[in-house]
Amino acid sequence: MNKFSWYEATSIEDALQQVNKTVSEELYQSTNNAAVFKSGGIDVFDWVKEGLINPQKIINIRNIPGLDVISYDAKDGLRIGSNVTLAEMASNSDIKNHYLALHQAINHAATPQLRNMSTLGGNIAQRNRCWYFRSADHQCFRKSGDRCFARHSETGENENHAIIDNGSCVSLHASSISTALMAFNASVVIVNSKGEKKKVLMDDFFVSAGQDIAMETILQAKEIITEIVLPAPSKNTKSYYIKQVARESYDWSLGDVAVVIETSGDTCKSASIVLGAAAPVPYRSVQAQQAMEKKSINNTNAMAAAEAAMSVARPLSKNGYKVPLFKSIISEAILKIT
Amino acid sequence: MEDKKQGADSNSKKGISRRSFIRGAGLSTAGSVLLTTNAFAFGSEEKLTAGKEFGPGATTIQMKINGMVESLSVEPRTTLAAALRDHLELTGTKVVCDRGSCSACTVYLDGKPVNSCMMSVFDVGDKEITTIEGIAKNGELHPVQEAFIEHDASQCGYCTPGMVMSCVHLVENNTNPTLDDVKNATRGNLCRCGTHPHVFKATLAAANKTN
Repeated sequence: MNKFSWYEATSIEDALQQVNKTVSEELYQSTNNAAVFKSGGIDVFDWVKEGLINPQKIINIRNIPGLDVISYDAKDGLRIGSNVTLAEMASNSDIKNHYLALHQAINHAATPQLRNMSTLGGNIAQRNRCWYFRSADHQCFRKSGDRCFARHSETGENENHAIIDNGSCVSLHASSISTALMAFNASVVIVNSKGEKKKVLMDDFFVSAGQDIAMETILQAKEIITEIVLPAPSKNTKSYYIKQVARESYDWSLGDVAVVIETSGDTCKSASIVLGAAAPVPYRSVQAQQAMEKKSINNTNAMAAAEAAMSVARPLSKNGYKVPLFKSIISEAILKIT
Repeated sequence: MEDKKQGADSNSKKGISRRSFIRGAGLSTAGSVLLTTNAFAFGSEEKLTAGKEFGPGATTIQMKINGMVESLSVEPRTTLAAALRDHLELTGTKVVCDRGSCSACTVYLDGKPVNSCMMSVFDVGDKEITTIEGIAKNGELHPVQEAFIEHDASQCGYCTPGMVMSCVHLVENNTNPTLDDVKNATRGNLCRCGTHPHVFKATLAAANKTN
């Protein structure tokens, strides 16, 4: 790793005065005076170790007081501080009792060691895992290069890549927890250096590659995530999450789905269905949601919803298998609701 | 709990639930709600306390490790794994992937298993580090270590220290672990020799002996 200084931030305001770049901006256009945030540090150190960013200063926001609290209220829902670790979320009984799909997603994320280190803020703000993007030898569009190596129909190693919304970049968002958060209509609370605090629905927090090739979220340099908030689920809301991996112990998702359904008897009143590892950002399948709305939760309707979800799929040369994979996990997750 | 439940019911009976409001709000182009413009104004009298900056050169820090306090001169870019191996000569902790993917470098930070390769030594602060060297007490191997020998749970040995750290943590925190518990505890520990079945047997045997 190149040399950098370490700034131990004492407050949100203190941290925001020090920072001048997001890791994404630095990845897109490298400078020699970047001061970037790190919380759990897993993603940031990965980039620094690969030599893809060389920050002058790393601002440690991990120890800022007040960002490590989980609270639940039956009326207002769940609030998770951005410095809460994935391990703390995994052992939280309110999450397990009221947000099952989120609990399941956390338990399938990373390793026990990484869950003890990773924070939720860092998890949703981490960059994608495309091996070309992560390689110093490949200057792809995301790093202001002139091509997408993964897309190439013969040489592109794209078996893990996106099958939906893959027109600009074919990477996958790395946070499978975001799949579940978005299905629960979570919002991200962000404070900027002027002291303005805003709440952004997760659907609007992520930025598609078509909108901005350099970024995966709307986060700006002088902004910090303070918490993630989830509305309280109504009494008849049930949820389920499935992640398909190539290795059971732990692995990056090949495809994952979170289903949150408000039921009325065995009928789906409203559905929130989000796919992970399908598109460059977590993908809300409006098609599947519409297919389930006001329908009985049964095998025929679940299969129809899965088919509808995949109607927008445009696989690359080596990831056609993901279409049946998604059909299978989407229908299975819907049927788990009953 | 009952009160909370009633609260949820009465909320959902209103014309527009919080949930549907938020979903609706997401359809607008802005997609964000400004909550406040003075997030820092907790007390106008309060002055901003600036944090401390270290490095980029070496700074002397103190670290609580295996029940001792060690002094070492390190740069912020020094990982905890590097500090242990290169500065303190505690080479039991192995660095294999150096990216947090294999868990060979597992140590405890305040009793919790973490990857020492993916954190700066400045992340430690006043937290207590336990390494594989701190597992045996007074010259006596931990029951998990003994069971690893008895059940032939290591081959080339590179994953073994990390594997032992994961299994000791389990046995110390779960008085009656199942096979699934052992599998979950060692999920992150890669072993290219494929010693997992022996690791599972050894850990369950150690747990039985301990309890």
